[in-house]
Order: sequence, then C-alpha cells, then structure tokens
Amino acid sequence: MIRKTFALPLFWPCATLALLIVLNAVVNPGFLAIAWRDGHLYGNLIDILNRAAPLALVAAGMTLVIAARGLDISVGAVVAIAAATGALCVSTTGSLGLAIASALGVALLCGLWNGLLVVAVGMQPIIATLILMVAGRGVAQLITSGQIITIYYKPYDFIGNGFLLGLPFAAVLAVAVIVLLHALLTATPLGLFIRAIGINPLAARIAGVRARPITLCLYGFCGLMAGLAGLIISSNVKSADANNAGTLLELDAILAVTLGGTALTGGRFSLAGTAIGALIIQTLTSTIYSLGVPPEVNLVFKAALIFVVMLLQSAEFRASIRALATRPADPEQGTPPA
Amino acid sequence: MLLQARGIVHAYAGKRALDGVDFTLRAGEVHALMGQNGAGKSTLIKVLTGAAPLQTGQISLAGQSIRPASTQDAQRLGISTVYQEVNLCSNLSVAENIFAGRQPLRPWTRGGGIDWRTLNQRAKKLLADLDVDVDVKRELGSCSVAIQQMVAIARAIDISARVLILDEPTSSLDSDEVEKLFSAIRRLRDSGMAILFVTHFLDQVYAVSDRITVLRNGQLVGEYAAKDLDHAALVAAMVGRANQQGAVASDKSQAANTHSKVPVVQTRDVARRGSVAAVNLEIRPGEILGLAGLLGSGRTEVARLLFGLDRADAGEIHVNGEAVSLGDPAQAIAHQLAFCPEERKTEGIVEDLSIRDNIVLTLQARMGLWRKLGRAERQEITDTLARQLDIRAASLDIPIGELSGGNQQKCLIARALATKPRLLILDEPTRGIDVAGKQEIMNQLVQLAAQGMALLFISAEVEELLRVSTRIVVMRDRRQAGSLPGGCSEDEVYALIAAPADAAPAADKAGAA
Repeated sequence: MIRKTFALPLFWPCATLALLIVLNAVVNPGFLAIAWRDGHLYGNLIDILNRAAPLALVAAGMTLVIAARGLDISVGAVVAIAAATGALCVSTTGSLGLAIASALGVALLCGLWNGLLVVAVGMQPIIATLILMVAGRGVAQLITSGQIITIYYKPYDFIGNGFLLGLPFAAVLAVAVIVLLHALLTATPLGLFIRAIGINPLAARIAGVRARPITLCLYGFCGLMAGLAGLIISSNVKSADANNAGTLLELDAILAVTLGGTALTGGRFSLAGTAIGALIIQTLTSTIYSLGVPPEVNLVFKAALIFVVMLLQSAEFRASIRALATRPADPEQGTPPA
Repeated sequence: MLLQARGIVHAYAGKRALDGVDFTLRAGEVHALMGQNGAGKSTLIKVLTGAAPLQTGQISLAGQSIRPASTQDAQRLGISTVYQEVNLCSNLSVAENIFAGRQPLRPWTRGGGIDWRTLNQRAKKLLADLDVDVDVKRELGSCSVAIQQMVAIARAIDISARVLILDEPTSSLDSDEVEKLFSAIRRLRDSGMAILFVTHFLDQVYAVSDRITVLRNGQLVGEYAAKDLDHAALVAAMVGRANQQGAVASDKSQAANTHSKVPVVQTRDVARRGSVAAVNLEIRPGEILGLAGLLGSGRTEVARLLFGLDRADAGEIHVNGEAVSLGDPAQAIAHQLAFCPEERKTEGIVEDLSIRDNIVLTLQARMGLWRKLGRAERQEITDTLARQLDIRAASLDIPIGELSGGNQQKCLIARALATKPRLLILDEPTRGIDVAGKQEIMNQLVQLAAQGMALLFISAEVEELLRVSTRIVVMRDRRQAGSLPGGCSEDEVYALIAAPADAAPAADKAGAA
C-alpha cells in the first residue's frame, strides 16, 4: 500500500511541495493563516497562488512543447513583447478588449514563428527559439520605444490584481486554463498523438499522425500562454518593462516542467505535475523571503534548495540511497575480478 | 565447458520467461540457440550477458562462478554480445564505433590524446579480417545495415576473446554477406572462441553450428549435436508438434481468380530520382503481389512511394481507379492503404506506449483530432485483433517495447488491420521471427487476401514469397526487372533477381504487372 503510494507519479512533487510548506510554517507560524479581508481571501498561501499563476501558464505551454520533443526558450521574451503590446494598446486606445486581443495575437504569432522554424525549416528547437529569445527583447523595446510604459487604466489592473469569488483572478485563470487543457488532452486523442510524436516522431508519422501541424500548433499554444502571462505580469506591476518582464522565465518554466515529472526527452508528460512544479518554485521564493536570507546570497540559496529538491525527485538518487541503506554484506555475491 | 548455466529462472512481472534452464557452451564450438518467439532465448542471453540480473540459478565461466552485473561487466569477463538491432552510435565513424571507450592513446601525451592513426589502422585490420571493405573514417549512419552489423561484430570480437554471442546477426544481411560472416565465425571458432548464435534461418543453423540447444516456453527441450538432428526434428522440438508447411499453398489458389475486379492500386511509370525508376504495378482485391529483389534493389523504395513516405516525381498512382497524390502517410491512410515498415523498432513501434495505444494509433489518427475512440470500442478492437493475430502478452496495457520481436510485428499488423485497409503493404514482415511465427503470419496474409484485401508482400526470402504470392514482381538495380506468375519456381525468380545489369530485356511472363 505504502509502496504503491510512493510509486504514484505525482507523489514526489507533492511531497516536495508539502515539505516546503511545512518548512515555512515552522519558521513562520503565521504562514498557513488565511483570512478574509476586503471581500477576498488573504494570506501567504493565497499570495503564492497568485504569483505562481503566470509561471504555471507558461510552464503548461512548455510541457506540451517538451512532450512533443521540442523546447521553447523564447517564452520570457514573448512575455515582454505581449506585455509591451498590451500596455501600449491600453494606453493609446483605452480599450481593454483590444489590448488583450492584440497582446495574445502577437504572442500567438511569436509561437507560430517558432513552430515554423522547427517544423518547416527543420531547425533544432533550442536554436530556433534562441532567435526569438534574443531578438524578442529588441522587439519589445521597439514597441515601448525604449521606455517603461506605466499603465494608468484601472480595469487593466484586474487581470493581475483582481479577485474572483474571493480568489486571485490570475490563479483562477491559470487553474481554468490548465483544467480545460487537461480536458482537451483526455477527451480528444491529442494527448496520445503528442506522446507518440515525443517518443518516436518517425514512427508516429508513418502511423499517420500529422506530426507537423500538431507540433506547429503546440508552439503556437506555448506562445499564447506566454502572452497570457505577459498580460498578468504587466497588470500586476502596472507597467511594461521590455528589459525585465519575464527575464529567465523560460528557465523557471523548464524547471517547473521537470519538477512535475515530464521527461525532457519527450513522450511522458504531466500537466498536473507542471502546475505543482510551478507552485514549488513560487513557494521556494517565498521561503527565501520568510527565512530572511540576505539579498546578496539569495540566488545561491535558491540554487542550493533547487539542488536538494532535484535530488529528492531523482529516482536514481533515491535508489542509490536505498542501496546504501540495505546493501547486504556478502562479497561472494559480488562480481569477481576479471 | 567454458560457459555453463544451471537452473536459470527469470520472471518478468511474475511471469516466468525462463523456468529452470540449463545451458552449456564449450570452447571452440558454434552453438545455436533455437526456439520460437517468447521461448526465452532473448532472456537467456540477457541473463548470460548481465543485461538482466541473475534471479535464480548459477552461471560459471571456465569453472569459476560469475554473476555479471552489467553488459560491461560481462565484457570484462570475456563475454561480448552483438544484438539483432545494431546498438552503435550512427553519428560516429566506423573506427570510432569499434573502439569507443577503449581508444588507443598517444603514449607521449600520457593518455591525453587519441592516437587516431593507430585507431584507424587497427579498425581497418579488424574489418579486413572479417572480409569487409569500408572506409573506416566514414560515418557509421551512412553505411548499410549489413556493414553496421559487421562493425558491431568487429567491436565485439575485439573486446573479448572468450565468448561471442550473436543475436540474429544475419537478419539484415544478404547471402554473400552471410557467407562472409560465417567464414569469419568459423575462423574465430577454430581459434578457440565459443560462439553462441541465435537465428531463425534453419539453413544457417546447419551451415555453421556444431551443437543446438532448443528452448520452448521458457524451458529446455534439449541439447543436440547438429548432425544428429534433422530439419523436421528441430522444428518439431521448437514448436512441440509437427510443422504444417503445406497449409498455405493450398489456400492460395482460391485467391488467384480476381482479374475481373478494379485494381486497388495501379501505378503508371512512377519514379523518383535517386530512388526507383518507372514502376508499373497493379494490385487487385484478393491478390498477394510479392516483391522480390536483393537488398538495395529498390523493394523498400517502392513501398515508400506507394505509402506517401517519399513523393513520386514522375508517373501516376491510381487508388480504386482514381488518380491520387500521395505526399504524406496520412494521405495514403485516408485512401485506405496501410503499411508495416521493415525497421520495426525505429519506424514501426512507439516503444513507451501501451500495446493498445500502438494498435489504435493509425485508426485514431485517421479519425482525426475531434473524434476519440470510446473506451469500450478501443478495448474491443484491440482485444479482437490480439486474439485474431495471437499476440501473446501478459496484458495489452504494458508498453509494446516489452514484447518480443515477433509479437511486436503482430501488433504492427494489427495496427494496420484496425483501419480495415484495402491494400496492406508489408515490408519484410517475417524478418527476425521464428519459423512457427512466420508460418502464422503468412497464414494470416492468405486469409486476409481471401477476404478480399489486396496485399503487397516484400521479402528477401524467395521461398516465402512463392508460398503466398499470386504474382511476383522482381526488382533489380532500382528498376522493375520483370514479373512472374504465382506458380513459378525458385530458380526462375533467382534468375531474374541475379541477372547482370546489362542483360536482355526484362522477362515478363504474366503480362503487365
């Protein structure tokens, strides 16, 4: 029974998250408290949910791209482009709908561009998306004319700071997108096709799976998710900063995907795992603040924590620990020298 | 007795793949390990070579008890293996592959640099000993499968000098190459090496083996001297009953009378530069068209064109009388064509997916993105096909990669049948499959044809083609060399296959093919 629980694919990500939350609760007894204030829920856990939303969205898109043997390292830059587009549009036209549509539209185009480079031109995914990763920041700069655009339009705030049914709107949005995506993957054969492409693209194609259009769409979707994250981030800080919006988000997204148990080699993937992975990363950040780690060692500390988390999640590492603990003292059974 | 195994028991997920098997290999002999798919040959080899942990039983090498923990471990002890599917790095050169991990180093750099000259010279010499002529600096991936196989053998020979295990080394070699390999094997045997040889070709067993061990259902049937065990007795030992070789031929005549029907597929001068020239085929419902030819004669290329894997750059393809354009397998599948590729592992199975998912994959792909097979329907389709094709697995929900080669092949045929195709193209469907398995698959083909399906059956084994085909088209040097009626003799087919390139105009006994 216990052994079975250990073997569940989401056991270790969940255990890691629980461990981090317990660590926080021990250091900061008020950590788990959730209160009702100003007509919505309030507390550290709620804050983590809200802040993890953009990462969870980007990582969800990344999960599917990685599952189909791809990679998109341009998502951080796409976040900046979408944020700049949304901010510029809402500042000049004052229309929220137009701002959202243009930001998402531009992000979708960015994703499709990546997809075309991979599918039609045949570039290696990491190189294909490296182009936009580097150039995208420049594009975002062009859109904002090198300035940080401050957003004064009130309704725009709702995306990143609003509350729906007492919960942060961004978190609700992220959960809704991931649940819908999960439904799409299980109610249609898309999930099967993505796994087939990820495991053996050639065999999938010979079996009749239309690998190219599907892969193209996955990159498009990944771009779209980065656009959504861009809207949330720019709304959250009420501005669009072409240089700093979404920096290193691609690496956090890849980390979240990995933490959730998706194989970087393609094929095996878990959306729920990715969502938990995003929560782990955000909780980690909160932990660093609640432990009062000095800012100058902040990154080193984060790296150390991530290292421990990854060790805990590595099946090989756990197996070698187990072997160390239970190794029989029987030299006869070992391998004789050649 | 160089290598001895006693009472080997090995279970996968509670199912015994080996059940108390004894096995003895002597120095200076070639020993054939025979058995049907799932008899336990692969498992025994895995246990002997450390690829699978020894669960129960004992292994001794030259009188000393051993327990190899990994294949590297086994190699250090002197046991090397060449697997059926070549496990080398296709992006490295031939020489690098032979010496990967054991590169000769320049002495004066204290192990800092690879001595490329020695490396290449030694590789060249090793391959020359095997009578293989290839540029050792060439990238392995650009060599033929046959050369790759020889390179794997050269590597194994060079690594260890005591025991060499060859798991179906000949399945992708043509007869010349097989002969070369065999003379190399005999030389190695005479030098005192012990060689364990697994194959499905009975003739090859007798051509090279001194002794034969037969397994059935994970148990030892017996160990025999090759000269004391004739063909029939060997097959009987493997399958546990008398073989029914004649079963296929008698059913064939029923399928032959199909000339009135519209051809399922007709090609007119279909060609592709660098691939094949002017292919004219016609396959009617109920017909099995055999495609013969040597390795590299253009057999597989024809299948690729018909299935849209390559786009033809000249000629016309008609499906059911309509001209079609085939640029992608999905298009061919939409026209109810189906294909079982030759390279099962790289082009056929999707290894980590379950058997069920693998079987329904093509059907599901044809149904499109918005219609998913219901759970019950999926279950029923896969159960029915597994029963019909006798796919043997602990459960249909395990990954297909865990099945034996023969069962994987059956799954691929099941995948094709699930789409109810009008034409089924099979490229070497019996490669690497044991005698009884081959028989089963060919019986299936004849039955499918009797139900009105058209089949294009590609095989390197002429005898096999003659047994099931209603007509045979021979490919030579990437063009159609001619066609023969179903009842012709092996010699007639061989004559067409082997005719010199500048020979007289192509024979055409059966009219337009």
